[in-house]
Formats: sequence, C-alpha cells, structure tokens
Amino acid sequence: MTPLWALFKRDLTLAFHQRAELIQPLIFFMLVVSLFPLGVGPNPATLQMIGPGVIWVAAILSSLMGLERLFRDDFQDGSLEQLLLSGSALPLVALVKVTTHWLTSILPLLILSPLLALFLHLNEAMYWALLATLILGTPLLSLLGAIAVALTVGLNRGGVLLALLLVPIFIPLLIFATSAVDAAALSLPYNAQLAIIGAMLLFALALAPFATAYALRVSQN
Amino acid sequence: MWKWLHPYAKTEKSYQLCQTLLPWFSVFGLFTLIVATVWGLAFAPADYQQSDAFRIIYIHVPSAILSKMLYSSMAIAAFIGLVWQVKTAFMAMIALAPIGAMVTFVSLITGAVWGKPMWGTWWEWDARLTSQLILLFLFFGVMSLYKSFDDQQQAGKAAGVMAIVGVINLPIIHYSVEWWNTLHQGATILKMDKPSMPPEMLWPLLLAIVSWALVSGAIFLLRLQNEIIRREIKRPWVLAMVSQVQDVNTGDNNSPKPEQAQ
Repeated sequence: MTPLWALFKRDLTLAFHQRAELIQPLIFFMLVVSLFPLGVGPNPATLQMIGPGVIWVAAILSSLMGLERLFRDDFQDGSLEQLLLSGSALPLVALVKVTTHWLTSILPLLILSPLLALFLHLNEAMYWALLATLILGTPLLSLLGAIAVALTVGLNRGGVLLALLLVPIFIPLLIFATSAVDAAALSLPYNAQLAIIGAMLLFALALAPFATAYALRVSQN
Repeated sequence: MWKWLHPYAKTEKSYQLCQTLLPWFSVFGLFTLIVATVWGLAFAPADYQQSDAFRIIYIHVPSAILSKMLYSSMAIAAFIGLVWQVKTAFMAMIALAPIGAMVTFVSLITGAVWGKPMWGTWWEWDARLTSQLILLFLFFGVMSLYKSFDDQQQAGKAAGVMAIVGVINLPIIHYSVEWWNTLHQGATILKMDKPSMPPEMLWPLLLAIVSWALVSGAIFLLRLQNEIIRREIKRPWVLAMVSQVQDVNTGDNNSPKPEQAQ
C-alpha cells in the first residue's frame, strides 16, 4: 500500500501548490448559481423551486472544469508513464487519483453549498437532502469523469469533448438527486432516491477504476 | 467450434463477405421498404382516434427500434474489438455509429411531427423523447471521440470504451427518465398477451421494421467496405483491386499488372 499512499500524499501536496486551479472551479460554481436569480428573477418561490436543480447543474459543470486536472499534468510531465510502469495495480492508482481529485476539487463545493442554498432560498429539509445527494453523488462524477479524462488526456482539445462524453452519462444522477430534494421539499421520504444513487455509486466504484486503467493504457499507447 | 469465424478478423475476408452480402441486403431491403411504406401509408386502415396521422408510425417505430439495436450492435462490436483485439470489429463499430445517429435523429423528427397533432406540441420533455435525445448525444460522443484521434487503432479502442460505458448507462438512463416523466404511449407491439393493434395495421409495421433493419444493414456493409479500403489502402489486395477497377474503367489492358506479393 505504501506506493499508493505516497501517490495520495503527492497528489494532495501538488493540488495545494496550485491554489488558483483549486479555487477557479469554486468561483465558477458560485458564478453559475448566481446567474440564475439574475436570469429568472429574484422571486423566492421560483428560486426555491429551481434551486436544487441549479445547484446540481452547477456542480456538474464545475466538476467538468476541474476534471481535466485529474491526469493532464501527470501525462504531460511523464509521471503517468512511470505510474503505468511502476507495477502497482493500475485500477488502484486510478482510484487514488479519483479520491484526491474528489477531496481537492469537489469537497470545497460541498463546503460552499450552504451558502448557495441560502442564495436560492432552500429550506432546511431541502438543504439536508441536497447535501446527502451531493455527498453520495459527487464521487460518481469523479469516478465516471476519470474514464473520459483518461481517454481524452492525450488530445489537445479536451474540454468540449469531455462535456459531450460525460453530460449524457450524468443525467440519471441529476434526475435522482433533484427528485430527492423535491421529495424533501414536500416532506416526503427520499430514501429510495438516495438508495439508487448509492447503488449507482457502488456500481461505478466497482467498474470505473478498471475502465479508467484501460483507458490510460490506450492513451499512453 | 468458432473456427469459421477466425478468417473474418482479416480485413480482406470481411471485405469479401460484405461484397457477397451487400446485393442481398440492398435488394431485399429496398423491396421490403417500398412495400411496407406504400402498404402502411396508403392501404392500412386509418386509426379510429388518430385517423390518418397515425401513419407516421410506419417510419417512427422502425427508426426508434433500430436506433437502440444499432447502439447495441455498436457496443457489441466494440466489446469484441476490445476483448479479442479484432481490428475489423472497431471498423464495424465506427461504420455503425453514423447510421445509428441518423436513425435516432429520424425517430426524433418523426416523433415531433407526430406529437404536434396528437399532444398539441412539437416537443415535450417526455421520458422516451428525452432518452432518445440522450441516445443521440451518446452516438455523437462516440463519433467525435473517434474523430479526435490521429491514430486509428487508438481511436477505435478509446471510442470502444466509451460505447461500452454508454451501453451500461443506457438502461439506467432509460429507467431514470421514465420515472421522471412519462407521456408517451405504452408499448403496442411487444405485449405478452395480444398486440393491441389489428393485424392489418400490424403486418406493414413489422415489415417496415424488417425493411429498416435490412436497409441499415446494407448501408453498414457499404460503410464497412469503405472503412476497410480507407485503412488498408497500402495492402496488396486493395491495390490489386483498385488497379483492376481502373483497368475496367479505362478499357486499357496494357497497364502494368499489380504484383501478387503477399
């Protein structure tokens, strides 16, 4: 486990060295959310209705912004090739990468979410549901995103292609997450939605690292 | 047991197989397409509720069924390519993708045209429409990922991974969207007990589905042949074939014969 632990620490250290890259998706997240009250009007009832969806869409978009960082630098400076040759199980390497990515680029969004819930007039029940779906759902963004990033890392123009590949795949997550928050707004139980998101997460956790590892091999040729 | 399959991993064999199958698929495809369309559009009885507007079913339903089938075939081809490292399978995959995208597009357009008189709106965020739209995006994703690579072997593998990820997601997308919102009518043909459609309407529909499958098959064979030629342009058998065609076209038998080197 030691090489993986070393990789984990290295990735965290590197991420904290590049503060700008860490903060940009956060600012983007806030910007997207604050565009909606300006676009649809400041009526609290409207904002409360669209709020969960808006926060989730913004989270998906900003995770897309930050995803490229997952393998890009390692690919460019050749450390990815070293990882491939290192003899550690590549799916585990991918899993470590995904974990550090989630900790550094998605977790801050979660910490910021109460503020945004306030912006959009979500009530307390809705906020707890939103937080639960974010905690369960955002690792799924990182896991699935890693596959697409690994596939496109060798290409020069990754950004739009990444969105085209990933957004259709994220749709079920968006649907279940927002429907959980909607259920919470009506003070209905939302365990079912959480269970489905959890199931999708476990499923992805079991398969996505292998797909990512294969994709990395393809990209590295 | 599977030995007869092995030669088709070679592009030359696959090319010849396409060449043999193509006339059958095109002739039967065109024939059944004409019969089914004329039968469905002109002779099938009108619906008691939707009157003549229902006739678009003879284009809408085949295209919708074919779109899912083509995506699955594409994913199966990708799977074969990734697992057994068959080069031809990736060519088949990328030959299928644009046909699938086109068929999906047709089903969306005809759905919109049908939706206008029936539901009173061109577009409704209904479950099946939405999942069809997502399917279109999945096709586009595979195609554009393939196009972004210079190395075609790498492109095939990458697009193959994406196609398989998509096919795992397809049922999840389908059921999530279904749960989210449904306006579309339920299945008509594939009911276990009795199809809720009189046989005079059902037969042309089934024929239309078969004809669409055959025509898609014909287009697929053509595209696969093109793809093989494009990739293997430097191979002796392709060069030999090209110069034969040139000979026939110019009527000139004096041009140097291609080398028979392997």
